[in-house]
Amino acid sequence: MINRFIPLIIVLGLFALFLARMNSGENPKELDSVLIGRAAPQFELASLQGGNPPLTTADLKIGKPVLVNFFASWCVPCRAEHESLMVLAGQYRVPIYGIAYKDSPDRSRAFLTELGNPFSKTGIDQNGRVAIDWGVTGVPETFLVDGDGIVRYRHWGPIVGDGLRKRLVPELEKLR
Amino acid sequence: MIRQFVVVIVTAFLVAGAAFAVAVDEKPLPDPVLEAQARSLMKEIRCLVCQNQSIEDSNADLARDLRAIVRERVALGDTPDNVRAYLVDRYGDWVLLKPPFNPSTYLLWASPLLALVALALLLFRRQQKNETRQAAMAPLSDSEKAELDKLLEGEQ
Repeated sequence: MINRFIPLIIVLGLFALFLARMNSGENPKELDSVLIGRAAPQFELASLQGGNPPLTTADLKIGKPVLVNFFASWCVPCRAEHESLMVLAGQYRVPIYGIAYKDSPDRSRAFLTELGNPFSKTGIDQNGRVAIDWGVTGVPETFLVDGDGIVRYRHWGPIVGDGLRKRLVPELEKLR
Repeated sequence: MIRQFVVVIVTAFLVAGAAFAVAVDEKPLPDPVLEAQARSLMKEIRCLVCQNQSIEDSNADLARDLRAIVRERVALGDTPDNVRAYLVDRYGDWVLLKPPFNPSTYLLWASPLLALVALALLLFRRQQKNETRQAAMAPLSDSEKAELDKLLEGEQ
């Protein structure tokens, strides 16, 4: 008797599974960062602003959370998330370090002049090697690093829509 | 005349074959043994941008960078395991097209075996059910046989 319902139960089970996965809001292309819970990789990058000291791993261990944002002037989603970065720097007062990924420094500077500069420090990663050390698969990607230089959260893709207040800010508040 | 033409065509294809082997802007390692080692590694590394291609197949920018890294590490004398570890350290196990055998993948590797065992159990149970059903069927009595014979005769 119950055997008759097994196919129906299987189909309904699959239906529920698909529905749950569809509505989970997860991006299946998004990979978990292996950096979470680990110390940020060692690096030293020259600043976009001539004369300023380079951006180094030491800048990440300042006793309060910071953000590391990989961006490029040629990257359209970076343009889209720029407003969120301005809000984070202005309203939430979190230091943001901008790493210009595979971009000509002139264009990166022009990008920041045009849209405003949310970064307290910048670094030039012209060959993209530092990005590979961070496990970046494409720009933009943003890492939240705690006061001891341990990576706590990675925001994959642009911080747009409710991504700022529903995902990034709660993670930031956890560290404060 | 025709022979010259054939020679030209064949040579053109041979030369073109060599050109297809490497992307235009790439420098293969001078040592052919190391280059072969690097190439076979590239076939095992997933392109993180296209995700279902190896970095050897992919045209993505990141794949090109990773190819350069693989060549660099191989030239420095890294073993294939070292090179894999270098990439896994940055991108996780997923960067390997063939998943490693570790606690998080036990279920994955065991799944064909589990499916086989489940199928065997299912078939075994069905077989047993059939046998009991057949056993439960009593043979025909004499009067039943006689009636059956009569029916079959009537049909003829």
